[in-house]
Amino acid sequence: MARIEKANGIVDWLDQRLAVKTLAKVLMTEYWIPKNINFLWAMGVVLTVLFKILVISGIFLLMYYKPDVNYAFDSVNFTIMQEVEYGWLWRHMHGVAASAIFLVIYIHMFTGIYYGSYKRGREMIWISGMMLFGIFSAEAFSGYMLPWGQMSYWAAQVITNLFGGIPIIGDALVVWIRGDFAVADATLTRFFMLHVLLLPLVIMLLIVVHFYSLRIPHVNNEEGEEIDFDIEAEKYKAGNKKESKVIPFWPLFLSKDFLIVSIFMIFFFYLVSFHFSFALDPINFEPANAMKTPAHIYPEWYFLWSYEVLRGFFFDVGSIAAADIGLAAFGFANVIFILLPFLDRSPVVAPASQRKGFFIWFWLLLIDMIVLTVYGKLPPTGANAWVGFFAAVLFISLFIALPFVTKNETKRGA
Amino acid sequence: MKELKILAVVIFFTGIVYWGVEPYAHTQLHPHVAPADFGFEDLEKNTKQGDATRGAEVFMMAGCVGCHSVESQGMPAPMDDATASASFGVVPPDLSSAGYLYDSNYLAAVIKNPTVAMKVEHKFNDMKPHPMTSFYGLGGDIDQEIADMVAYLQSIAPKTMENKEVYVDACLRCHSMKYDGMIMPSDPDALTSYMATLPPDLSMMIRAKGEKYLTTFINNPQKQLEGTSMPRVGLKESTQKQVIEYMESVGDSKKDERERVGLYIIGFFIILSIFAYLWKKQVWREVK
Repeated sequence: MARIEKANGIVDWLDQRLAVKTLAKVLMTEYWIPKNINFLWAMGVVLTVLFKILVISGIFLLMYYKPDVNYAFDSVNFTIMQEVEYGWLWRHMHGVAASAIFLVIYIHMFTGIYYGSYKRGREMIWISGMMLFGIFSAEAFSGYMLPWGQMSYWAAQVITNLFGGIPIIGDALVVWIRGDFAVADATLTRFFMLHVLLLPLVIMLLIVVHFYSLRIPHVNNEEGEEIDFDIEAEKYKAGNKKESKVIPFWPLFLSKDFLIVSIFMIFFFYLVSFHFSFALDPINFEPANAMKTPAHIYPEWYFLWSYEVLRGFFFDVGSIAAADIGLAAFGFANVIFILLPFLDRSPVVAPASQRKGFFIWFWLLLIDMIVLTVYGKLPPTGANAWVGFFAAVLFISLFIALPFVTKNETKRGA
Repeated sequence: MKELKILAVVIFFTGIVYWGVEPYAHTQLHPHVAPADFGFEDLEKNTKQGDATRGAEVFMMAGCVGCHSVESQGMPAPMDDATASASFGVVPPDLSSAGYLYDSNYLAAVIKNPTVAMKVEHKFNDMKPHPMTSFYGLGGDIDQEIADMVAYLQSIAPKTMENKEVYVDACLRCHSMKYDGMIMPSDPDALTSYMATLPPDLSMMIRAKGEKYLTTFINNPQKQLEGTSMPRVGLKESTQKQVIEYMESVGDSKKDERERVGLYIIGFFIILSIFAYLWKKQVWREVK
């Protein structure tokens, strides 16, 4: 046991018992971040803040929400939105943050792809990040069901139905997921459990893993430069702060993040108060009605690209049904990103602008995903169906082509 | 400078996605319709000058009170709500405020030929007549008689009405407003078989459809939703606006608070951003 002496203050008292000074060093003042980074490196902290907003607003909503098909809609739209003081604020914050967090996730992801921050020791950062993306998707989908509006119900109907396409076990699986033959009260209560308990727990755990996975390989930088963090940290501690290529997490890195989060919050609360329909779809203010199919069923915007990959294959090929091809492509789209570190055969860590073939690949991917997103919402008729088809084929081809595009890239500037 | 360029790229692509999935998608998902027509130009014009005193007599002789109450004039409903529901599918409207609520030309048209004015010819015909029968005249000039009745209804109508009263008289017979504690007087089962579907509760409809859609929809439901059972009711521009304002006061009751509080929060973060900028500048001075 450590030697405990009379403490000369609260910090010292805690330090003797919890080693708080060491902890602060490890986590804050001597956690080294490269200096050469731009605001895109603040997206992680923006995401953390948005997640906190979701947790806190979620806790408030949870006090009044009733997970029962007979009460869910009214508990949200009457009790929370009209009766509870500032209930509307928590609900709008929760709904808008759920949508905004995906925008920032995509920015965060594409930043990682552009700067090659997923390889040469950073594979686990990428993999834990993509696992977070997957669980966040489940979290968003389960949360969308809770208000029990028209799109809650019909999106649940369509998405759970997808599992029916899985060979042999499909039909049984759909019933198992729904807890009933149709989307019903049992479906709502289990998705409620997932949304407020299991998935948030998994997310929190994964966030810890994600943060931890950064410690050994360190944060990448704008040039992909390999920095010797020990040497640079020594320089910094010796007082050569201007010369050192690193800065401490606190206060240097966070001061910049704090600024960016503050500015982002201006935009966020503008959306919350004045421009929220993109996140709180008007159609979901109609109560769920199993007898009335909406004219258009579409997922939230952040699922549209993968939804369009699913819908893109709209014609049978030989004896293979269109729906099966689509489902296989959808499955491909949902797992392929996690394999990115292994599909990129090049050892070069550099911004895409310094990697010729990859540079084209990157922008093609981004544009293709935007095309998929936009067409994912439009009715899949006429020319739209073909745009969706070619965009879906391009998406898959891009990932098949990636190993070949990157294989011959050996040195920087090649 | 470089950061601003990167920011411009991020904003550009975010903007394209937003444009694609919101404004552009909506133009593709929802058919464009002509603006609301409060002149009811498709209807035959009644150009006769009505006389309210004569109108009162015509009104009594035409048998309107066989189904309709006019409570303000001491004419009670001939049957209770349940019986009326069972007989007609829906409780017939009290006509005390009809002159205030409805366009005069529409009123004339609806008396003369209800299914045409209401645009429900796809549902009602000779085989299945509309519960409101056409007025075939008392033997004189039918247009004059109708104009007199309209003048009478206008003469007995209140000069002003609260938004909620307008809703009660114009919409509540079919559409409950649960969040304001109002349940329709018609029997739901009778109404469902009459309309083929149960008309929705309108508590949250303002958030579901928005003012713009409702303006054209209420004015002429067929234009937005072809084949719908909802009749054109013939509200004036001003009274329809009252209905929508009322729907907003129920379904979006916190709108004013939202917009006020929103500005305060935005103001807070603008100030916070300024301090954050100064702090960042200060701590970075030693490393740059």
